[in-house]
Amino acid sequence: MTHHTSHGTGRAASRRRLRTGAALGLALCATVAAGCSSTGGAPESSDEGSGAGTADTPRATIAMITHEVPGDTFWDLIRKGAEAAAAKDNIELRYSADPEAPNQANLVQSAIDSKVDGIAITLAKPDAMAPAVEAATAAGIPVVAFNSGYDSWKDQGVQQYFGQDETIAGEAAGARLTTDGAKKTLCIIQEQGQVALESRCAGVTKGFTGGSTEILNVNSKDMPSVEATITAKLQQDPSIDHIVALGAPIALTAVQSKANAGSDATVVTFDTNSALVDAIKSGDVAWAIDQQPYLQGYLAVDSLWLYLNNGNTIGGGTPVLTGPAFIDSSNIDAIADYAQNGTR
Amino acid sequence: MSTQADLDLSKHTVVADERVKKQKPLQRLLIRPEIGALFGAIVIFVFFCIVAPPFRSPEALATVLYASSTIGIMAIGVSLLMIGGEFDLSTGVAVTFSSIMASMIAYNLHLNVWLGSALALVLALGVGFFNGYLVMKTKIPSFLITLSTFLMLTGINLAVTKLVTGQVATQSISDMQGFDSAKRVFASSFQIGNVSIRITVLWWLLFTAISTYVLMKTKIGNWIFAVGGNQDSARAIGVPVTKVKIGLFMFVGFCAWFVGMHLLFAFNTVQSGQGVGNEFLYIIAAVIGGCLLTGGYGTTVGAMIGAFIFGMANQGIVYAGWNPDWFKFFLGAMLLFAVIANNSFRSYAAKR
Repeated sequence: MTHHTSHGTGRAASRRRLRTGAALGLALCATVAAGCSSTGGAPESSDEGSGAGTADTPRATIAMITHEVPGDTFWDLIRKGAEAAAAKDNIELRYSADPEAPNQANLVQSAIDSKVDGIAITLAKPDAMAPAVEAATAAGIPVVAFNSGYDSWKDQGVQQYFGQDETIAGEAAGARLTTDGAKKTLCIIQEQGQVALESRCAGVTKGFTGGSTEILNVNSKDMPSVEATITAKLQQDPSIDHIVALGAPIALTAVQSKANAGSDATVVTFDTNSALVDAIKSGDVAWAIDQQPYLQGYLAVDSLWLYLNNGNTIGGGTPVLTGPAFIDSSNIDAIADYAQNGTR
Repeated sequence: MSTQADLDLSKHTVVADERVKKQKPLQRLLIRPEIGALFGAIVIFVFFCIVAPPFRSPEALATVLYASSTIGIMAIGVSLLMIGGEFDLSTGVAVTFSSIMASMIAYNLHLNVWLGSALALVLALGVGFFNGYLVMKTKIPSFLITLSTFLMLTGINLAVTKLVTGQVATQSISDMQGFDSAKRVFASSFQIGNVSIRITVLWWLLFTAISTYVLMKTKIGNWIFAVGGNQDSARAIGVPVTKVKIGLFMFVGFCAWFVGMHLLFAFNTVQSGQGVGNEFLYIIAAVIGGCLLTGGYGTTVGAMIGAFIFGMANQGIVYAGWNPDWFKFFLGAMLLFAVIANNSFRSYAAKR
C-alpha cells in the first residue's frame, strides 16, 4: 500500500482554498494514510465535453419534459445533449420528467403557464399527452417531440421529431441476428409493459427470421435478481445462442449470467454507456444498437432555436431518425473517447 | 394456543395446570412461527421439481439460492425490526444509498475501497439511527418516518450522484486498491463439485444463525420480543425500549450496507435509480416467514425460508418456461399460496 503523494503539501494547499472535497480527501488520507488508493479514482482534472461558441441571439427559455425514470444512464445522455445545445444557443433549459403520463402532461401545462418559448417532449404515451400538446400549440408555443412518439407526433401538431422507431430498430437488430446465424434468441424486457421496450422485442421477433425469439421479463430495480433470472433462463433452455438486452446495464449483467450458467450465447444490446464500450472492445458484448440519445436531446433543443430564430424545421415535416446505428468492434474505437466522457 | 385447562372429563379432576403444562414435542414444533413457511417452501419446491425439469439440477438450486440470499440478508434485519414492532420502508433505497456512497467516497477521494466501504457503513448506520431516533422521539409511526426517509434517500441517491459524478451512475471502481479483496468478501463464488455458489449464500446462512442465537438465547432477544409485544409493559419491567428500537433500525442499516457492498463489488458501478420497490420484497420475505405485521412474533429462520420461497417462485417460473406476460401474476399467486399455507397451518397447529 502506498502513501498519498501530496501528504506534505496538504496543509499549505488547503490554505490556498482548495475545493472542500479535495481538502477533505487530503485530511482523510493524512489521518488514515494506508487507506488511500494509488490506482483508479477520479481524474485529477477533467475537461467538459464539446465547447462550441455561444450564440448572441436573445435569451430564450425552453422546457424539456420527458418520461424519464429517475437514475437511468440513458436519460442522462439525452439531458447532456440538450444542455450542450442550450449552452451553445443561449437558451435557458428547464428540464423536468415524470414516468407517469398524467404527471408528465401536468408538467407540460406548467410549462405553458410559465410562458416558455418552446417545448421539447417525449411521447411515450401519446394519447395521454395529446391534450397538453394541443394546449401548447393553441398558446402559440412550438412543440418538438423526440425519443418516442414516432407514430403519433404528426397527428398532434408537433412540428418536428427526432428519434428512432423502436419497431424498426428492433427489426434491424433481428435482421442482424439472422445474418449472425442465430437460431434461438432471448429478448430481455427490464420493465414489463413499457411500450418502447415491448416494441423493440416485437421488432426483434419480426425481423429475426433465422429461428425463434423468446421474451423474458426481469426486474431492473434489483440487479441480483436480473442476474439470477437470466441465469435461470439460460439453464432452462441451453439452446439459446443469442441474448438481446434492451439497455447497457442489463447487457453487462447478462454477460455475468452467461458465465454463471456456463452458456456460450452471444450478448447484444440496445443503447450504450461508457462501461458497455469496454465490453464491446473486449468482445463480451458483440454489438449495440445506438439510437444516439445525446443527439436526440441536442437536436430537440437546437431545432427549437433554429425555428425561433430562423423559422426552420429540420426534416421538413418528416421524422429525423437518429438510429438505429450499429456499434461493434469495427467502429468502437471511433466513439470510445466520447463514451468515456459520458456523451455517447 | 390452548387456553383451556386440561381436564380429564371422565374423572372430573384437573390433571395439570395449563400454565405449567408440558407441550408435546410435536406440537411445540408445529406452532413455531416458521413451520408454515417451511411447509409452503417444501410444497413449492416439489411443485417446481415436477413442472420444471431444469429446476432439479444443483446449478438451478445455486441460482435460486443466490437470488434468495440478497433478499434474505436484508430480510434478517427487517424481520428483527418487525418482531420489535416497527417497519422500515427505506430499506430498498438504503441498499443503493450504501453502495453509491461507498463508491463515490472511494472514487472521488482516492481512498482504498475498504475505507470507502467503512465510511459508507457509518452513513448507513446513521440512517438507521436517524429513523430509530425520530420514531422514538416523535412517537410518529415508523411507517410515516421511514416513508419520508425513503423519499429523501431516493432523492439523495440521484441528486448527490449527479452532483458529484455529473452522471446518474457511479464510476467504475474496479481498478482501485482493495477492490479485489473486497470482492472476495462480498461478491465472490466458490465451487462445490461442479456447482458454483455465491458467497452471499454463506453470509445469509451465517447471519441467520447469529441472529437466531441472539433472538432465542440472549437477553437482547428477549428485549426485542418484549418491545414488539407491548412497549409499555416492556418499559415498566426495565427494558431499555428506546435503545433496543434504535439498535434494531441500525441493524437494518447494517444489513442494507452489507447488501449494498455486494451490489457494488458484483456490478462495479451503481445506477442511482436502483432499489425502489425492493423494500416490499424484504417485508414479503419476513411476513411469509411468519413475522406478524403487529410485532412481537416471528423468527429470522422464518425470514430465511420466506426469502427462499420468493427466490424459488421468482426463478422457478423462469425454469418452468411459462409465458412471461403472466410472470407477475404467477409470482403473486405463488406468494399468496405461501402466505395462506403459512397462516392456516399455524392456526390449525395452534388449535390442536
